[in-house]
Amino acid sequence: MGVPRGADAGSPTPDEGRRTGVLSGGSPRLALVFLLPALALLLLFLIYPIFSSAIRSTYDAAGDRFVGLDNYVQAFTDPQTLLSLRNTAIWVIVAPAVVTTVGLLFAVLTERIRWATAFRLVVFMPIAISLFASGIIFRLVYDQEPERGLANAITVSVHDAFSSPSLYPGARPRDPATLTPDPSGALVTGRTFGANDVAPLAITGLAPDKLPEGAVQAVQPEPGPGLRGLVWLDVGGGTERVIDSGERGMPGVVLQVLRDNATVATMTTGNDGRYVVPDLPPGDYKIRLAENNFTAPFRGINWFTGTLVTPVIISAWIWIMAGFAMTFIAAGLAAIPRDALEAARVDGATEWQVFRRVTVPLLSPVLLVVFVTLVITVLKIFDLVLVMAPGSVLPEANVLALQMWQVSFGGNDPGLGSALGILLFLLVLPAMIFNIRRFRGDQ
Amino acid sequence: MRLPKMVTAAAVAALALSSAACSSSSNEPAKAPGSAALQGQTLTVAAIWSKTEQQNFEAVLTEFEKRTGATVQYESLGDELPTVIKTRVAGGQAPNVAMIAQPGLIAEFARAGNLKPLAANVESIITDQFSAGAKSIGQVDGKTYGVLFKAANKSSVWYNAADVATTPKSWDEFISELKKQSDSGKTPLSVAGEPGWALTDWFENIYLQTAGPEMYDKLAKHEIPWTDPSVTKAFEELAKVFGQSSFFPGGNAGAVATDFPTSVTNVFGTSPKASLTFEGDFVSAEITKAGAFTVGDTAKYFAFPQLAGKSAVVTGGDIAVAFKDDAATTALMEFLASSDAASVWAKAGGLLSLNKKVANDVYPDATTRQLAKELVDAGDNVRYDLSDLTPSAFGGTKGAGFWKAMQDFLANPANVAAVQQSLETSAAAAYKK
Repeated sequence: MGVPRGADAGSPTPDEGRRTGVLSGGSPRLALVFLLPALALLLLFLIYPIFSSAIRSTYDAAGDRFVGLDNYVQAFTDPQTLLSLRNTAIWVIVAPAVVTTVGLLFAVLTERIRWATAFRLVVFMPIAISLFASGIIFRLVYDQEPERGLANAITVSVHDAFSSPSLYPGARPRDPATLTPDPSGALVTGRTFGANDVAPLAITGLAPDKLPEGAVQAVQPEPGPGLRGLVWLDVGGGTERVIDSGERGMPGVVLQVLRDNATVATMTTGNDGRYVVPDLPPGDYKIRLAENNFTAPFRGINWFTGTLVTPVIISAWIWIMAGFAMTFIAAGLAAIPRDALEAARVDGATEWQVFRRVTVPLLSPVLLVVFVTLVITVLKIFDLVLVMAPGSVLPEANVLALQMWQVSFGGNDPGLGSALGILLFLLVLPAMIFNIRRFRGDQ
Repeated sequence: MRLPKMVTAAAVAALALSSAACSSSSNEPAKAPGSAALQGQTLTVAAIWSKTEQQNFEAVLTEFEKRTGATVQYESLGDELPTVIKTRVAGGQAPNVAMIAQPGLIAEFARAGNLKPLAANVESIITDQFSAGAKSIGQVDGKTYGVLFKAANKSSVWYNAADVATTPKSWDEFISELKKQSDSGKTPLSVAGEPGWALTDWFENIYLQTAGPEMYDKLAKHEIPWTDPSVTKAFEELAKVFGQSSFFPGGNAGAVATDFPTSVTNVFGTSPKASLTFEGDFVSAEITKAGAFTVGDTAKYFAFPQLAGKSAVVTGGDIAVAFKDDAATTALMEFLASSDAASVWAKAGGLLSLNKKVANDVYPDATTRQLAKELVDAGDNVRYDLSDLTPSAFGGTKGAGFWKAMQDFLANPANVAAVQQSLETSAAAAYKK
């Protein structure tokens, strides 16, 4: 941030004062000579691009037709740009406030502990990693696969601690007409069976080596007393719907016998997959293989969906920037007059009251500067979103700076891109002016 | 699609394993008559290639220097080549010849008059030695501006040789192979859904076959809308595979989250989760990088399954175009179009040529020979990657247009009409500019 200092600004230190004194006493022409290089650079790299962008934003994509404010109209009507504006707003509202709060907490809490420097060093470290690299790290943290992603490793182990995984996850009926999945995931026979019928049920979609140790060759049940049947693994590659040699029964499948949708008996298959439901009164029965036989394993949360992606990226940014806020606030904390805190404590204030009524008010100038600086950083957030958001949800995670880059270079429309750039500039401007004012005030 | 540079770079490293470092000792010692005719002339050629690819290309240029006496300077511009070339052209500092992998950019330069149409003798070489389909890749508005020098075969399905007994030839056989494996509880197919470009290649291969090259060309120019019944047909065919969530590790949601390197290591990593994956010839490089499988032995490929009973290949790659039309530049373009130039690099590995005169046995290994043969055999049914032929706002932007629509389709393959509508909407906006 270039903070312009007037040549005749106040002199806070004697050292600076002497230098300023010499300059202000010298000729203005000499001052101009010294200012010239900086001015030239400023003109070339800041002033000129701003005006050039402003002009470019009033031309079409090819740059040869003047379109007035059309690009700005497009920016505020195009749903994709509006989405990125919304996301930028979420960022500005949430991220700097959270980071300032977390930084304040860390600064106050670490003030009293031993090894404070070591702790602060650790919290500060993420700043040393580029946003791009941090993005890749957090992309992994939130990876869908529990064996790769830390976040899902935690959610899956917590989930599995409360509900055990099923015996045959992912298995499905060979013939969806004979065995139809109901909304709960259970499989219900399409036709009905009599009290002494035979009902073999073919299941597929499971690796044979996933069958339990005790499973043995499936055998077609002989007709006899009771509803008899078989649940077996009809392996892909063999003859479909036929019990081939080597195809084994599925032990331990919980099945319910239904009559008019009411359970009349519950059974579990044996090692060869067979079951017998004896002593059923004559009637029409359906067989239902309970859903908890087949529930697919819990795979954790998909973090990169439209609604979660922005909070997830913001969480990564908090991890990166908390150290920055903490360091500045800790420095401010060190400068607070101790006697004010002591006086409050002597007067009987609790630690919370000291924090709330003395520390925070005394720190407020620092907090404000940290907050505003963070707002500026957030407005131009770009690389973290680019790296972290997978392509399929990028539109939902997009922010203004990234949208500007995308339409300019991906979409080949530098006109609209310049308009977005100017928009971004106008948004940053108040925060910049505020910060400059503050720095001036400090002097 | 825009392939990440590191992928292609690694492709060369992989395919060049057996070859000695750029042997420029050509098998045609006979120098062209009038050798040294261009003595003292200096040419510049710009391309993205670096490292091994650069060495191989410089070997090609050395051969040209030997034959003509001209001096050729190679400039490696890296992935930012389009931006750099645009700036150079605007500043009047264009190279003599550039290798551009963005047909859209070539068309832009050609229509702005920056490119020179190829001389008649160069064009006649292309007409003789390339199929009409291959020749059309270098054409803009009926004039020939360039020649596809380094081609990719983007119609290859790579598989774990231990898992697939008989390679499917037709789309139906492909689906029943997937079904058979899925019935055994496997998740056979690894799809890279995270980069949209890999999904566009699925659609392009199917559309090129079901609708034919003429319709493919029309769709690329947006002369027919994306709501056309031929597009519906291609999506319906694709839905037969994408609609089976049991085919993919992690289901459709898992496929949408799979990036390209992971899609390869899902099949060819140390703990495989699937048996097959589809993409271009550059998959072989990723397989070699993962290290668990050997290309040609434990990792093999078959051509994209046929839907209409004939083979068609989607290609891509670097097209040589000329910004000047002096004698030296023309001579270089003539050389680059010839089978001699392609053979120099093909021998070292890493280059596939559409030139029919390039002898198939110059390629270093059986896999490369087969890839090259299919490219040439496809004849007029070879087309450049469709997403690269469309405006980049539509066909080349992460999270937008074609890429995004394909991801939406993979996430919800039932909704063909909505996907087509969103494609048409974003195409209409992109072509208007």
